[in-house]
Amino acid sequence: MNFVKGYLIPRLLQYVIVTFLGLTAIFFLPRLLPVDPIKQQLGQSQTFGVYIPPEQQDEMMRILRQLYGLEGTLWEQYVNFWKRLFTGNFGPSFSRYPVPVVRVIAQALPWTIALLSFTTLLSWIVAVVVGGIVGYHRKSWMEALDVFVMVVRPIPYYIMALICLILFAYVFPIFPLSGGLGIGRTLKFDLETIFNVLKHAFLPALTLLIVGFSWQFQSMKLIVQGVKAEDHVWYAKTAGVEERRIVFSHVVRNAMLPMITQLGLQFGTIFGGALVTEMVFAYPGIGWILYDAIMKADYNLIMGIMCISLVATTTSILVLDFVYPLFDPRVRYR
Amino acid sequence: MRFLNAFRELMRDYRFLVAFVIVLTLIALAILSNFSPYDPQRFYQVPRGLPPSWKYPLGTNWLGQDVFWSLTFAVRNSLLIAIITAIFSRIIAVFVGILSGYKGGTLDRVLMTVGDTTMVLPFLIILIIISMLIKTWTRNMVNLGLLLAFFSWAWDARVIRSQVLSLRERDFTYVAILSGMPTLKIVTKQLLPHVLPVIFTTFINNMAWAIGMEITLAYLGLGIDPTVPTIGTMLQTAIYRQALFLGLWWWLATPIVTSVLLFVSLYWLSVSISDYLNPKVRFQRIGSRK
Repeated sequence: MNFVKGYLIPRLLQYVIVTFLGLTAIFFLPRLLPVDPIKQQLGQSQTFGVYIPPEQQDEMMRILRQLYGLEGTLWEQYVNFWKRLFTGNFGPSFSRYPVPVVRVIAQALPWTIALLSFTTLLSWIVAVVVGGIVGYHRKSWMEALDVFVMVVRPIPYYIMALICLILFAYVFPIFPLSGGLGIGRTLKFDLETIFNVLKHAFLPALTLLIVGFSWQFQSMKLIVQGVKAEDHVWYAKTAGVEERRIVFSHVVRNAMLPMITQLGLQFGTIFGGALVTEMVFAYPGIGWILYDAIMKADYNLIMGIMCISLVATTTSILVLDFVYPLFDPRVRYR
Repeated sequence: MRFLNAFRELMRDYRFLVAFVIVLTLIALAILSNFSPYDPQRFYQVPRGLPPSWKYPLGTNWLGQDVFWSLTFAVRNSLLIAIITAIFSRIIAVFVGILSGYKGGTLDRVLMTVGDTTMVLPFLIILIIISMLIKTWTRNMVNLGLLLAFFSWAWDARVIRSQVLSLRERDFTYVAILSGMPTLKIVTKQLLPHVLPVIFTTFINNMAWAIGMEITLAYLGLGIDPTVPTIGTMLQTAIYRQALFLGLWWWLATPIVTSVLLFVSLYWLSVSISDYLNPKVRFQRIGSRK
């Protein structure tokens, strides 16, 4: 009971507050800006040579306002916004009219979730293990890995994706340039399709793995070096505990907690990076439809993606927080 | 004199040496842009699609521009945007960090909650959407810098705050308070000098971040006016005009290589300087050199 009162409820409350504040910010930010999206959109189509008769302009603006949920006073709009959120109805997508935004997102979401969860987990695990070993034993061949990480770490996702694309799809045409599935294929459950999907996912996954690994590796290495100098490790050594046991249960285990915290803190960045990578590879996930929506000024779709990504990131961080005590015996739900 | 000694000490770190040379070269390139024989925003001034040669050191692109001279402008503008962003976001971060660290209490909690919320949010999407909505406003460098600064102060403010928290409890601060020094003077005379190294390293990190963001935004056709050469717009034009399929690899490779050099050197600068400032690491190094 103590656990529910002392940990679960405050943490859930915090989750609700952060999500609420974030969604409210998403609602208010575009409205605080000095630009009217509808006027801008009309202006944009006019510069592209679309003729809109002046007598129809008002009518068009009214209809667009209705579609975007921009009718009425600010308070009415705000209530309306929450109503839309809870019913999961973000209105129709403008560029794929009349397909509802929810369906467009639902089609793209599995691609992103699969790519992101796989790469994040794998790079994190590999980085924890390799970083732990390298941080503990300093051997000369490990210097090479160190230099590699020092070069790769500062490179942002977008540039890394481009480099992977040019190297492995253009210079050495091993992997396909773009997409998530060959052109004209449908998703079926057979060996060929699975192979095809994996082949398309390889380069985006590689990009995310390299960047994710180099981030996590470096912090793991530094943390392990710190833990190694602590007294309890010295004690274990003088007590003649097996070296392998020292590494795994005394050093790596203690270094895990800051690593999990870091994963939680960086999740927003990792998620953003996945979206950018998808854009470069035209991988059919959330990032790609976001790119498409930006290019076509699809306001409803953009709002929908933004709300869903916000809820997705805060929820993943909540889940990570609950996984916490499994790794660190010092932290119990109190 | 102290500065010179620090510099000499830093030069012993191979990372600092390499990074310093690269950054100097890039700055020289940026300065060179003032002597460019071409207008960076005009097309068809040289024959198009020529490979690198003595006359055109990095070749020419499909729009009839000399890639080398475009690069000088691109480096200059990208660095300018980065510096503007870093200055503005440092101002916010220092102000928020010192205020919430020194004052503490409710103000501290409110400011840090705001900061934490902005860190957790998928800020890249929000940044993209805002710059889409105010597309015309971010066309010039100062406005773009302001926008980027607004998104990058939170983490650094937290770092500065934690430093101020410990400085506040130190004896020299108490002496200053008890001898009746006004708060503003305590902050600028007693606290700021101790926070300066952190401000400096985060300044460099923030510059690298801003350059990366500018490139990402340019890829989406957002941010700065696409005819103004920056590393981002240069890359975007090369991709958009299918430089690879035209076989003009030098057009695409130039901005990619430059950006990688820039990111790596800025990162190495900040890492080597913060290693230098970290007493633990420094003693290890001095000990190992005996």
